[in-house]
Amino acid sequence: MVAKMTDLLHICQKYKEAVFAAATTMFVSACGDVPDAKQTNKTQGIVYCAEANPVSFNPQVTTTGSTIDIIANQLYNSLISIDPVTAEFKPELATEWLISDDGKKITFKLRKDVQFHSTDYFTPTRTMNADDVIFSFSRLFDVYNPYHFVQDANYPYFQSVGMDQLIRKIVKVDDYSVRFELFSAESSLLSNIATDFAVILSEEYAMLRASQDKKHLFDSLPIGTGPYKYKHFLRDNLVRFHKHDGYWKHDYAVDQLVYDITTNNTTRIAKMLTKECDITSHPSATQLEALSQRQDIVVDQAVNLNVGYWAFNTEKPPFDNVLVRKALAHSIDFDKIMQAVFYGNGIAAQSILPPSSWAFTEQAMPYYNPKVAKQYLSEAGYPDGFEMTLWAMPVSRIYNPNARKMAELIQSDLRQIGIRTRIVEYEWNTFIERIGQHEHDSVLLGWAADTPDPDNFFSPLLSCTATFTGKNPANWCNPEFDLLLTQALDTNDLKMRKFYYQQAQEMLIEELPLVPIAHGVRFQARSAEIAGAELRPFGGVSLANVRKEVK
Amino acid sequence: MLDYLFRRLSLLLFMLFALTAFTFSLNYLFPGDLLTNFSGQVNTSFSQSQMLEEKYHIDDNVLVQYGAFVSRLFQGDWGVSLSSGQTVASHVALLLPATLELCFYALVVAILLGIPAGIITSAYHKKWPDKVISTLTLLGFSIPVFWLALLLIMVFCLGFGWFPMSGRIGLLYEIPAVTNFILLDIWLLGFPYGGQAFLDALHHLALPTVVLAMYPTTVLTRFTRDSMLNVLEQNYIKTARAKGLNRRQIILDHALRNALLPVIKQIGLQFSTLITLAMVTEVIFSWPGVGRWLIDSIYQRDYPAIQGGLLAVSMFVIFANMLADLTHSLLDPVSRNQSHGKV
Repeated sequence: MVAKMTDLLHICQKYKEAVFAAATTMFVSACGDVPDAKQTNKTQGIVYCAEANPVSFNPQVTTTGSTIDIIANQLYNSLISIDPVTAEFKPELATEWLISDDGKKITFKLRKDVQFHSTDYFTPTRTMNADDVIFSFSRLFDVYNPYHFVQDANYPYFQSVGMDQLIRKIVKVDDYSVRFELFSAESSLLSNIATDFAVILSEEYAMLRASQDKKHLFDSLPIGTGPYKYKHFLRDNLVRFHKHDGYWKHDYAVDQLVYDITTNNTTRIAKMLTKECDITSHPSATQLEALSQRQDIVVDQAVNLNVGYWAFNTEKPPFDNVLVRKALAHSIDFDKIMQAVFYGNGIAAQSILPPSSWAFTEQAMPYYNPKVAKQYLSEAGYPDGFEMTLWAMPVSRIYNPNARKMAELIQSDLRQIGIRTRIVEYEWNTFIERIGQHEHDSVLLGWAADTPDPDNFFSPLLSCTATFTGKNPANWCNPEFDLLLTQALDTNDLKMRKFYYQQAQEMLIEELPLVPIAHGVRFQARSAEIAGAELRPFGGVSLANVRKEVK
Repeated sequence: MLDYLFRRLSLLLFMLFALTAFTFSLNYLFPGDLLTNFSGQVNTSFSQSQMLEEKYHIDDNVLVQYGAFVSRLFQGDWGVSLSSGQTVASHVALLLPATLELCFYALVVAILLGIPAGIITSAYHKKWPDKVISTLTLLGFSIPVFWLALLLIMVFCLGFGWFPMSGRIGLLYEIPAVTNFILLDIWLLGFPYGGQAFLDALHHLALPTVVLAMYPTTVLTRFTRDSMLNVLEQNYIKTARAKGLNRRQIILDHALRNALLPVIKQIGLQFSTLITLAMVTEVIFSWPGVGRWLIDSIYQRDYPAIQGGLLAVSMFVIFANMLADLTHSLLDPVSRNQSHGKV
């Protein structure tokens, strides 16, 4: 009964989407500018329409992009960040940093007078110091940290890049400087410390929660140093942040930032038109043309380091056979996908790395040819095909604006070579969880980079450690491949690193644990009154500088 | 009257038994692990699952399990939602008021419009007001609610930009939940934001209420009309007319009171239809009510939430029907003499 109802709902939803789509297009072109809805009390706050609920309020414990977009840059700061233009490191909570000659010791000098959030549930008595930094990082790898085992000690990003194996200890030099001592020098450590995941939490607050015996609340009622502080979260409805008055960087953050959780793409666009949203993430490609015709709405776009892929569960037969994977990859009409899903707003993948990454080298990608695919399939011993599931993510992300549609295209392509496919969909956070448990045969998913370092495309996605933490959707653990990644990280010589990454890219296309499909372009629709909502080529959305300028 | 009340209550008990038995059996009918369906806890450790097995009496027979299930229901322990990890009871407590609020306003609108419209059509039987209103009600009766909702959104939200298309209130207005009835909350808080929040909430209410009120309005109009015509045929009305009373006197003083009796019963019966329609309306207008949550839960295969939602909604419908029935029998002594209760 439930299955039937879901079908029915799906039809309803489809219908709704279609009508909305028609309606938005029609009115955008026919009526031009809609008269201003009555604006009351609205200049002090901004509504951002987001596509999914946040799964946690601590970026350390998740890699879900939709969550990071909401929490990371709004509630927290990291020690350092990466300049989106020059790709150089910039001081944030650390004012300067020194690397020892052997690369195994990094000393950070901390900024003074950084205030933590003061909220209904916590009032800080001191500013940020070395204890907070040590607490935040030691939680990730130190089993004696009282919070290490809260949330099942699952720190997917850090574990997948092996940071928990890298740091020997963190030493407090004085109140405002800390020294990271490493087991080995690793070229990507600084860029990992600069990601949205490596945030600084309040040690004082952690101890308060521990003394109350309420450690589980630490990650859901957050305290950080960012421009906004947590106020309220109502599942499926909204996340409300207030301005952090003592923010160390600037004082012009808006009084209130509200995330309107709207999972449906077309509804988000419609809300843009009715001015219920000031900014919308991931407007669907079909609506871009219509939206950009409006005077009061601006569509921003930016190149983004990301990749959308089709991953196979390589531990499950028949996908453990590389011939099967090749057959599947050769049966897909990539051009059709680029047209129908990306509407020309994406780059067809030539490797797992996007062309804008410095380590990118063009690969001999699988091409569309059902005959070749059939041949591979008979070689693998499945001349009559088989049945499989294809999991399509339910939300729109940069790397895949419409996974459902892509899945339908792939389904019809696979039918040509005799493979029957069932498309599986779940609510986004459930979806991620189940993929982590490797319940799927194959999945359409993607990865948006957190740093410009190419390692960010490999270790978090395809390393063996990523398999154990449930972040490797291909469930693929290849020691040779891992060795290449380690070699690339062990050197600071850019030429050598490029060489290793080139080999890693080649190996991926030969082994095909996943088929890279496309690199998407990041879009954002905003009301013309909104300023300071810049898009960055990597990492989560930052609304620290956003403001409303009423003309 | 006491006798009648007893009959009703015993019927209520039976209904509740059937309902809880059905909900309980869902645990077995849903796919997946029995313990997970009961508790909403996934991937439990060994010691945890032992504790849960004891709590849910998994090792005992079905009757004991059912007994434990009912006693948990009474204690307010409705299980834990799979997708949010919060208790189902807390979800229901938060969301049901939003649905009830919407249904209540829709019903008020339906009564305020439907009954007078019905009276007018019967007073001008087979004249032009009758024809116009009857045509309109037929139209309103036949329009599917989701289509009407989309149509109104297209015209009034996207086209003219007069109304917002989602939620209960502009999100920048911060109204702490006291009763979870939004207008009531704003009133209790002393109209914050200089009354603007209240206006904004009304603004948000307008379209969903109109959409939801459409069906019951047409039903009430038609029902009032038929019932009035029926009464107007009766001999005592003819007598009154023969005595020379004018039309206003006949209708307002003599016909209306009798004609409204079946209509009152009908209002109560509308509640079940209303709740069903409210679910569709909530989904389209992103109204944060129990219907939208239930439908999301079905989509997410969140079995404990589906169970809890079904139970809450159906229990509410049963109680509403019962209440309508009681009011009806208070007003109409004849109906108390039925020898058997019925719903």
